[in-house]
Amino acid sequence: MSRTGWARLAGFGVALAALHFAPLALNPYFVTILARIGIAIVAAASLQLVNGFTGQFSIGHAGFMGLGAYASAAFSVYLGAAVLDALGGALPAGLARLLYFPFPLLVGGLVAAAAGLVVAVPALRLRGDYLAIATLGAGEIIRIAILNVDSVGGARGFSLASDVHPGVDLRFDSLAGVYGVAVIAIAAIARLVYAGGGLAFRAVREDETAAESLGIPTTRVKVEAFLVSSFFAGVAGALFAHSEGYIHTNSFSFVRSFEIVTFVVLGGLGSLSGAVLAAAVLTAAPELLRGLGEWRMILYAALLIATMILRPQGLLGQRELWPLSRLAAPDPPSS
Amino acid sequence: MDNLIQQLLNGITWGSIYALIALGYTMVYGVLRLINFAHGEVYMMGAMTGYYTARALGLATEPSLGGLALVLVTSMLACGLLGAVIERVAYRPLRGAGRLAPLITAIGVSLFLQNTGQLVFGADPKFFPALLRSEEVWRSGDVAVSNIQLTVLVTAVVLMAGLEFIVQRTRFGRAMRAVSYDAPAAALMGVPVDRVITGTFVLGSMLAAAAGILVGLSNPKIEPLMGLMPGLKAFVAAVLGGIGSVPGAMVGGLLLGVIETLVTGYLSSTYRDAIAFVILVLILLYRPTGLFGQPQTEKV
Repeated sequence: MSRTGWARLAGFGVALAALHFAPLALNPYFVTILARIGIAIVAAASLQLVNGFTGQFSIGHAGFMGLGAYASAAFSVYLGAAVLDALGGALPAGLARLLYFPFPLLVGGLVAAAAGLVVAVPALRLRGDYLAIATLGAGEIIRIAILNVDSVGGARGFSLASDVHPGVDLRFDSLAGVYGVAVIAIAAIARLVYAGGGLAFRAVREDETAAESLGIPTTRVKVEAFLVSSFFAGVAGALFAHSEGYIHTNSFSFVRSFEIVTFVVLGGLGSLSGAVLAAAVLTAAPELLRGLGEWRMILYAALLIATMILRPQGLLGQRELWPLSRLAAPDPPSS
Repeated sequence: MDNLIQQLLNGITWGSIYALIALGYTMVYGVLRLINFAHGEVYMMGAMTGYYTARALGLATEPSLGGLALVLVTSMLACGLLGAVIERVAYRPLRGAGRLAPLITAIGVSLFLQNTGQLVFGADPKFFPALLRSEEVWRSGDVAVSNIQLTVLVTAVVLMAGLEFIVQRTRFGRAMRAVSYDAPAAALMGVPVDRVITGTFVLGSMLAAAAGILVGLSNPKIEPLMGLMPGLKAFVAAVLGGIGSVPGAMVGGLLLGVIETLVTGYLSSTYRDAIAFVILVLILLYRPTGLFGQPQTEKV
């Protein structure tokens, strides 16, 4: 690794450490908002892969997010204590707790990815609006299905501090964890779309028929995009479940899906940093406008309409704020 | 058996309301290829306008058909205007800017109307005044038809017949069909495309307003977020019938209403919301263009 590479890694480490200890200094309200922004960023970046880079319009992302949230929460509630004990046997308690969290996140991601595959294979035969409508339907079906499972709380919602293993609280309040995952998600998606093979995604977006005639396996490309996207949506859901500590299916309705679509389109379709920026701004905006009282959501909606009219291509269009494409390329040889 | 007939009857009544909302989705999709997600909120505004009109005119104390007609017409006119304003402010500036930007402004308008509704009308549910005194007009065995059901059905049928007349027999209707078939070509033939689009929004919004009043009659609890689910379901109904097809939206709405009522009556009400989406996914997989849609071949 080059010297700048090490410098960057060190900077990254310092930032994570700062975030890890930030909750000690900040008031809990800010910590919650910062965590929500991080989660929104993961959700937005993952949807950008399907909607922005592959050109397949999905508006059911909240379904995958919800599935990830519930799967990970169920894992923590029913198996968390056992896993934590096993880790704690060999390691100090603080470290065991830290090492525990990748498990529920992976569970959430994998379950959502499996559902993504189940949805994608038949749905990707559809194009354009019909695909969008099908994903909307799939998202709602997932939500209502979860609502009818009693072991995850059904209509009562599902709390991580349940009485299955009393005294075990697996809530996760580390901002470093949330933003670490966000960076991993952004880097993984950037590497996928900006590496040489990533051109296939954009080729499918620009013209599916032309891409196919060039020998690009369009169905495989689309399924891959869907799979990775729903995986990270599930991870975002798992982060949400573990930072809020209580989840309800109402958080994962089509309204949430629309919100994530808004991040992606407002940020600029085909711009990863645009989606990140829009997710951060739009999640923070209702909080910043809180001083306006009842008027804040009205103003928020008006701002959304005005921004879209002034920048129909999104805040960043297809550009990236920082050279994300370099993530996919090897470091230039140092002279 | 009687129970089944009664359920069917309730389903048709409820379905005719879905059909009225679905028509707005399908007509706007026809001319603009836009899924107007703010349409459910226009329906909510219809019910709210009706509520305030009836109270302002003191109609709540004296139920009469004339009073109902007055409320219906006022609300339809107000929402027609609202539809025109929405189109002018949120969609027209984005004409030619791709298809996703207007989708986001539609979501913005939807949020705007919901939150304005909560601020102006208050977030708590209101009770729609009884514009008709509920009574049974016909009974055979256990099957009963109330005058409210009859009014809902007759009003919906008259409005749909009126729409069918406008679309098929008038100059405006012909222009609408032309824009829907090929907007640039229609423009070259001298069809004022922008005016036709505005007119389509006005028509669709008027039907949604009527649906709002009819819902207020049969299911009087109204609130600013009432448009969300019925809006989405009516959209499903439009897809079921074939989005862009006017008869499709009518049939799709009726079918969805009947199926939902039967599921609620015979299976479980918790699956009521799911069934609409299961139908949606099935219809998309097996007949993506819906029952009445025309399959489109892709040209390379």
